Amino acid sequence: MRMVIVAGTPGSGKTAVLIHALRSLNERNLKSSVVKIDCLYTDDDQKFSKIGVPTKIGLSMDMCPDHYAIYNLEEMISWAQENESDFLVVETAGLCHRCAPFTMNSLGVCVIDATSGPNTPLKVGPFLSTSDIAVITKGDMISQAEREIFRERVLEVNPNCKIIEANGLSGQGCIELAEEMLISKEVSLDEEKLRHSAPLAVCTLCVGETKVNKKYHRGILRRIDGFQSYQGE
Amino acid sequence: MIDNITILGGYDKNGDKEPVEEVTIKKGEIFGVVGPTGSGKSSLIGDIEQLAQEDTFSKRKILVNGKEPTYEDRTNPRKKMVAQLSQNMNFLADMSVGDFLNLHAKCRGASKVCVNKVVNLANTLTGEPIKQEHELTILSGGQSRALMVADVAIISDSPIVLIDEIENAGIRKHDALEVLAGHGKIVMVVTHDPVLALMTDKRIVMKKGGMQQVVSTSPEEKALSQKLNKIDEVMLSLRDQVRNGEVIGNFQMDFGI
Repeated sequence: MRMVIVAGTPGSGKTAVLIHALRSLNERNLKSSVVKIDCLYTDDDQKFSKIGVPTKIGLSMDMCPDHYAIYNLEEMISWAQENESDFLVVETAGLCHRCAPFTMNSLGVCVIDATSGPNTPLKVGPFLSTSDIAVITKGDMISQAEREIFRERVLEVNPNCKIIEANGLSGQGCIELAEEMLISKEVSLDEEKLRHSAPLAVCTLCVGETKVNKKYHRGILRRIDGFQSYQGE
Repeated sequence: MIDNITILGGYDKNGDKEPVEEVTIKKGEIFGVVGPTGSGKSSLIGDIEQLAQEDTFSKRKILVNGKEPTYEDRTNPRKKMVAQLSQNMNFLADMSVGDFLNLHAKCRGASKVCVNKVVNLANTLTGEPIKQEHELTILSGGQSRALMVADVAIISDSPIVLIDEIENAGIRKHDALEVLAGHGKIVMVVTHDPVLALMTDKRIVMKKGGMQQVVSTSPEEKALSQKLNKIDEVMLSLRDQVRNGEVIGNFQMDFGI
């Protein structure tokens, strides 16, 4: 079985692009199972079920959605295997974009919205720089010049990625994504590793501290001047 | 160098074969795409943009200089052959015109001299002058469109330009198309506007997602297009006069039609 992990900024069109790509795989009699990870709410399962793809929802609630997705991969893989799927597609709602939920052998897809400004590719970190494919959406809403600048900035951050310019409304470019899914690698859970470590995040805030004053905080902490230290026992 | 592109027909929305089996568009030629809403004009433009190889919903195939483009030509983003221009496009970058054009020129490996050229050319297409120190996002619709046209003509060296409806823009549309074709581009323009549709060399008529027929523009139509262009010029100059607070007195509606 192949595993496709799709990450992207909120509202960038991850679900729309996937629906077109999975429909194209359906036509070739290839089965997919989708897991949609979100924080508090999603109704995307209804959209996927309309095209006949089994969908599971995971709401991460208080946990970081990317950490939650990684932690639950085992269940997702066995569920997709029970469905006898050719593809497990995990769509995740990343938050800070410092994490990259991509594993070594999965197909890492980053969906990024061209209207978010020419500096966005420089801001988002590993979920773009370690992806195999950067899907650029909404390019039809900005000038040709900005499109070309955006493209160049994506390649600056990830020179080896394949860029697909897609339109979630018309489906343009989505068949190309399906083609890439077909030639991706097989995964086996025991061997899988993350491509990039998750950021340091063990501090008192992680375990529920609500006071803001500095003296209440412990853990691995970084000051605004760049100084980082461990505070505690 | 691209001298021509060929569209090989596929299937319409009903799955029937398209009546037009083959169309070739040469360098410097302007082609129109006409048809009612939902007739598949934008999908045709989309197929050309992707250099489709029977791998889109229409199963059309696009040849460049009579040959299939290589995989590299189709997928390397730095080799993109197609530039697009549409009514829905906006400048969103928070920068001055000069800084923005310099950034674009740098991305395309073009020299800085281009920047002045783009601004000067854009100013021949619109009434209100654009200055390099203007912020991009405050430009009017007409100024934005004029700048996009000039930028595509000079900095984006893509040989094919696809234009999706630029009718109500407040720019000299006629001149804009001539500028693009004059820079040796293959120009395709989706339009309902007779000023534009009748100045093209040929137009593809779309229906139910398929290319129905190819109509050559007759000499009468070309002459009419010239006259319509005069109306357009009058509208633009009146627009500027109104904008500058002038009072329009004793105006003669005589276009010699």
